[in-house]
Amino acid sequence: MGEMKTPVLIKKGAEASLYLAKWHGRKVIMKKRLPKKYRLSRLDEQIRTYRTAHEPRLMHEAKKAGVPTPIIFLVDMKKATIIMEFVDGKQVKQLLDEVSESQRRQLCLKIGELIGRLHKHGIIHGDLTTSNMILDSDGKIFFVDFGLGEKTSELEARGVDLHLMRRALESTHFRFAEECFNAVIEGYSKVLGDNVTKKVLDKIGEIERRGRYIAERKEEA
Amino acid sequence: MEKYCLGIESTADDFSVGIVTFKGKVLANIISAYMSEEGGIHPREAARHHAIAANKTIREAFEKAQIKPQDLTVIAFSQGPGLGPCLRTGATVARALASYLDVPLVGVNHCVAHIEIGKLATKVKDPITLYVSGGNTIVSAFDSGRYRIFGETLDIALGNCLDVFAREAGLRQREGMPFGAVVEKLASKGKKLVLLPYTVKGMDMSFSGLLTAVVNLLKRGEYRLEDLCYSLQETAFSMVTEVTERALAHTEKKEVLLTGGVAANRRLQSMIEAIAEEHDAKFQVVPKQFALDNGAMIAWTGVLAYKHGIVTPIEKSFVKLRWRLDRVEVPWVK
Repeated sequence: MGEMKTPVLIKKGAEASLYLAKWHGRKVIMKKRLPKKYRLSRLDEQIRTYRTAHEPRLMHEAKKAGVPTPIIFLVDMKKATIIMEFVDGKQVKQLLDEVSESQRRQLCLKIGELIGRLHKHGIIHGDLTTSNMILDSDGKIFFVDFGLGEKTSELEARGVDLHLMRRALESTHFRFAEECFNAVIEGYSKVLGDNVTKKVLDKIGEIERRGRYIAERKEEA
Repeated sequence: MEKYCLGIESTADDFSVGIVTFKGKVLANIISAYMSEEGGIHPREAARHHAIAANKTIREAFEKAQIKPQDLTVIAFSQGPGLGPCLRTGATVARALASYLDVPLVGVNHCVAHIEIGKLATKVKDPITLYVSGGNTIVSAFDSGRYRIFGETLDIALGNCLDVFAREAGLRQREGMPFGAVVEKLASKGKKLVLLPYTVKGMDMSFSGLLTAVVNLLKRGEYRLEDLCYSLQETAFSMVTEVTERALAHTEKKEVLLTGGVAANRRLQSMIEAIAEEHDAKFQVVPKQFALDNGAMIAWTGVLAYKHGIVTPIEKSFVKLRWRLDRVEVPWVK
């Protein structure tokens, strides 16, 4: 993998461990999908290899669609490891509850626009949470963690993607979930137009009715 | 003087009555299971079973607890989510009993009850909970007044997926050996892993594609049933474990609680235990008698709510078929 100096574990996620390291003089993130003891090795290997191959491809496509993602430097399939650019910024997760109302709205509008660009180019992120968005010092929002993504323009997949975004807002930013999601949708419709946006919103309604997602708002009133 | 709460559970195929003290001692937990001959749960048939079983189950609970109806301070019932006819039967019994004895009624959310009984029985305080049953697949944790949902199924529940496969394979369940246990037993003799659809979307999961795929393989008849059970379990359990680990990493909680009917599965227990260890969290699984739907969990949650001034007036005691876990205020959790 070339010269690699003292990687430091910065985040032990569920799916992968992230290390901050120096690589050819650059500050990089090394994303390593470690074997999971709980899974059978054959299943585990298949999942890790697939995601390691898949993620950089989608990140590259996202960039072409105008969505900032870290630059990929190296993919090591055998070690299920990706070396990518270190983005110096803050997770949107840490910011969203702290900023002013108008800043929050601007952030969410922008996020909606970026999701719109992904979807317009047939990319589904697959794990839209505010932990997977990084705001850098120039005000650019980077999307990371495309391991669960896919290439499709199906309405169903777009609906699930946005449903997950709403879910993340409701579980982690519950105080502002509604205003945030509305702004996301506003930004989204700027890119995809009212017509497509309406269809996706209808789809989200259908998805939520399919599971156990609908609260009986009438009864609660 | 000791205070008591009687809880009635009737969300799906079990009718159950539990009696607990206000201090959290379970005095009785009687379960009457409705077993359909063929197919899944027929809501009206199950409700008919509940109506017939109610009298006997309540009597047995009082005998077991050795208290009289007049000793009760409050009556709790599962108000949702669940099957309409089943919920309504339980609610009717609860209302009748409460008005006859002139004691307050508390409507309890079934999912909250599964978490609370797990906490009571295992003494965990603030866990990530994986709640897996025939009707629900939910990963949740407490934050600011409610149990927030981090992940859940986008379609059918994990337990439902296992049950339907078992029925398609012509397997039989009986008292004390539900479909899940039958599948687990066969799976333990499986050797060959067949790769099946593994669908994790963010922190949500989908089991319907997996079920279709494994049923199709079953019909082709090229694989041993043991291997299919094994592959189904390994795939489905890996999915819920991955999602639970994501929630654990995200929230950085220090306890993991496994609850609901599928919690009885040993293989699932070992997988969840492995991720808890990995993140230095304590792992606990709900004891078997409280894993399936049961009245004790409703009674105990009724106690918690009642102590915090929550009662349900009769005119607001209608059942809520799709009452979400994250819509319930739980002021007793700090």
